[in-house]
Amino acid sequence: MLEIRNLVCRYGKVTALKGISLTVPEKQLVVLVGANGAGKSTTLRAISGLVPAASGGIFFCGQEITGMSASRILSLGIAHCPEGRRVFPHMTVLENLEMGCYLRSDGKEISSDLDRIFSLFPRLAERRKQVAGTLSGGEQQMLAIGRAMMSRPKLIMFDEPSLGLAPNIVEQTFAIIQSIRESGTTVLMVEQNAYAALDMCNYAYLLEAGSMVLEGPGEKLINDPHVREAYLGAGLAHA
Amino acid sequence: MKRFLPYIAVAFFASVPLWLQDQYFLHTLVVSGIFMLAAMSLNLLLGYTGQLSLGHVAFFGIGAYVSALTSLGFSVSIFGFQITHEPWPPVVGVILGTLVAGICGYLIGKLAFRVRGAYFVIVSISFAEVVRLVALNWVELTNGPLALPGIPPLTIGFEWTGYATLWGKAQNYYVVLVAIIIAYVIIKRLVYSPFGRAMIALRENETLAMSVGISVTKYLVLAAIFAGAMAGTAGGLYAHYIQIIDPMVFMFLNTVTMVIMVITGGKGTLAGPLVGGLIFGLAPVVLRSYVGPELQWILYGLLMILIVFVLPDGIVPAIERWFGRSSGNADDQRPLTLETSKAPQS
Repeated sequence: MLEIRNLVCRYGKVTALKGISLTVPEKQLVVLVGANGAGKSTTLRAISGLVPAASGGIFFCGQEITGMSASRILSLGIAHCPEGRRVFPHMTVLENLEMGCYLRSDGKEISSDLDRIFSLFPRLAERRKQVAGTLSGGEQQMLAIGRAMMSRPKLIMFDEPSLGLAPNIVEQTFAIIQSIRESGTTVLMVEQNAYAALDMCNYAYLLEAGSMVLEGPGEKLINDPHVREAYLGAGLAHA
Repeated sequence: MKRFLPYIAVAFFASVPLWLQDQYFLHTLVVSGIFMLAAMSLNLLLGYTGQLSLGHVAFFGIGAYVSALTSLGFSVSIFGFQITHEPWPPVVGVILGTLVAGICGYLIGKLAFRVRGAYFVIVSISFAEVVRLVALNWVELTNGPLALPGIPPLTIGFEWTGYATLWGKAQNYYVVLVAIIIAYVIIKRLVYSPFGRAMIALRENETLAMSVGISVTKYLVLAAIFAGAMAGTAGGLYAHYIQIIDPMVFMFLNTVTMVIMVITGGKGTLAGPLVGGLIFGLAPVVLRSYVGPELQWILYGLLMILIVFVLPDGIVPAIERWFGRSSGNADDQRPLTLETSKAPQS
């Protein structure tokens, strides 16, 4: 569904991605792991058109999307949940969700999608008029996921969905992401919480300093000695 | 009650010339009104997109000069070509001033919004300074520091109604009042449209706004066009009311006045620039009748500092919050203001 070939991205003189390739098959959950600054977020930003590609190509459903505008890519069906501040803090829950379908103009469909999100996240329905900045961290995460779903994406990309959340909320978030995949939406996820991410994914890539160093099914990476030592903390446990 | 507040305010201000005897005070109201119009346009940029334009007076001055020159006529030679313009009616001048200022908004927006934040502030200041120097030095067109005197006042009417020339203060007062009402309605419609949502989204979280498909430059430029055009209208009205303009209209102080009006009133609120404009437009005159001139500006400054310290979000958001609390109707509060809610951001 999504294919990246030899993608190179630069921020000024710094090369953030040194020619990476990656494939996300339809209806699968693919995870990108790696340390801080490895280029994980840059990869997602390049896919959604927020960072220009210096060379290489990005293909979505057989169509080249390299160099397209962010809004065009979104309307083709790629939604991006950026990391960090996830919601528009001074807008209400409802307004936040409406921002998710900013590019759509089909009113009836939108209201049925809103109903779907509210039935999926009853907490948001209760608080639809509440200002998003006053929600708890977990609720903000639900809202961010709901907003991404409002654009009816074929592919959702999550950037560090567990960042800054309480452990039980992280678990809940992963369960929701899993259910999004089960409902037929393809997911590409960047995650520092490597063990949980590798455990739930179909396929994983390991990014180090802008290059792909390892790929394979989740178990393969979990059992890889290098991954165990560097990312899963197993080395310390055995010491 | 809250719903009728704008109508009550309009009714009150419409009645002012009927009972106000003091012509100087009426004059102050007209000038304050013109600056309120400019402050409203600045609020579109500063309050809704979060971009501080410290050269906003440029649009105001361009509107004033274009409108004045259109209605006065001019004759200049550019590269050997003699361009002569016969005087047109002042109303056409105001419209042209609005258009030209809007076009300048577009150009500056296109140019400056590649950079944002501090860089935009610098670009906007430089723009205002360049325009001021042009007005000062292109003597053939603008008369330079000798000013453009004898600008005709506005005339209104149609061929079949006959024309009325607005010499009086009360007449100009109503023109400005109507202009403010129109501007208010336009801004209100803008803010509650998808365009307004996009601007607010950009201010709140630019990365996120881009991720939902909002084109940053496009909306910032659109906001700059509207803000520029509206300031241009204010400038045109100013030129035809005062009837003389010189390069001093580009004074940095004028921009500062607009910024003060927006910040104290409440940036990012519809009524903010109006409330701030009334207070700081009238403060010097009101203070003058009680204290000496030395104290007058000191008190003006103190008032400003006091408001910014006590109500950092501005007067209007503070009143709204108080209103919301006392009526217990938090649902009604549209979160379009920049109030600093101490929310957990985790």
